[in-house]
Amino acid sequence: MKINLKFDYNKMSQKVVCEQLDEFGLKYSYIGNGEIDVLDKISFEKIAAISVYFAPYGIEIIENQKSVFVQKVKDAIREMVHQEEPAMVKSSIFLSEKLNYSYGYISNVFSDVTYTSVENYIILQKIELVKHLLLTNTLTLTEIAYRLNYSSVAHLSTQFKNITGLTPSSFLRILNKRKTLLNNQN
Amino acid sequence: MTVALADDDSDDRMFFTDAFDEIKIKTKVKTFNDGVDLMNYLNIDDAILPNVLFLDLNMPKKSGFECLKEIKKNDRFKDIAIVIYSTSSSEEHIEETFINGANIYVKKPSNFAILKKILSDIIVINWQYQTSGLNKDNFLLRL
Repeated sequence: MKINLKFDYNKMSQKVVCEQLDEFGLKYSYIGNGEIDVLDKISFEKIAAISVYFAPYGIEIIENQKSVFVQKVKDAIREMVHQEEPAMVKSSIFLSEKLNYSYGYISNVFSDVTYTSVENYIILQKIELVKHLLLTNTLTLTEIAYRLNYSSVAHLSTQFKNITGLTPSSFLRILNKRKTLLNNQN
Repeated sequence: MTVALADDDSDDRMFFTDAFDEIKIKTKVKTFNDGVDLMNYLNIDDAILPNVLFLDLNMPKKSGFECLKEIKKNDRFKDIAIVIYSTSSSEEHIEETFINGANIYVKKPSNFAILKKILSDIIVINWQYQTSGLNKDNFLLRL
């Protein structure tokens, strides 16, 4: 039997982070959006020790200011792409309102750190979500196109092909065959 | 980021290494002369595993396809992104390698400028997967 899961990323990350920090007996307040206010004095050794506990969950402590900012941009993009209702504003406006910086500044810092542009990153995130939705079989391609604000199914298919080199249907066919192969091996 | 290539053609190995000299993201490149050479290295317990591994399909002793299957069977190699780097553009080959776990399929370009562009694109997109926690199981790319 197959069970499909839906994740609340904010809740999930808060629970994991707080559980780990509580183990350390640290006084802190959880601000959200990947920010924690540590109320005690904290040594570098302790930060290093906490990083080790975080690592298995894919959580990383960011020190460099630029990387911190880029992570905020990535989180905002993720939120924008994943919202249930299609966004009504342009992504540049969404991001600059959300982060309180001009779009020019955001996109410059972003390209510096990630080697890609904000626009390309948004497309990548969207296509990742399309893949996820295709694989969970909950929505048709038409419904996915509507939810992610594509003007048409054709537009979505073209962008999918540009990014992955494959059509949505061949992507799905390959991953289903891969799953069958893995099941037969086990 | 570390990158490895297994290819029996020495010219192709040279072009490959040269192309990386001019890419923005800093990479370390290691090359192997065939599939046996590659697998012997990977199976060393404390070998530094590449982030991205390019496999030529047609190699003596052990083909790229055999390497792919061995790599996919071993959990120690699960974080390596696998790129098939081949002269063949047969649809059947392409689909078969994807099904068996390859992430990227590239047809070897005949022109050095295009090679540089393709390798750079691959490294950049792979970097996004590595740094943004994207789901590698769904990572398929055909160039």
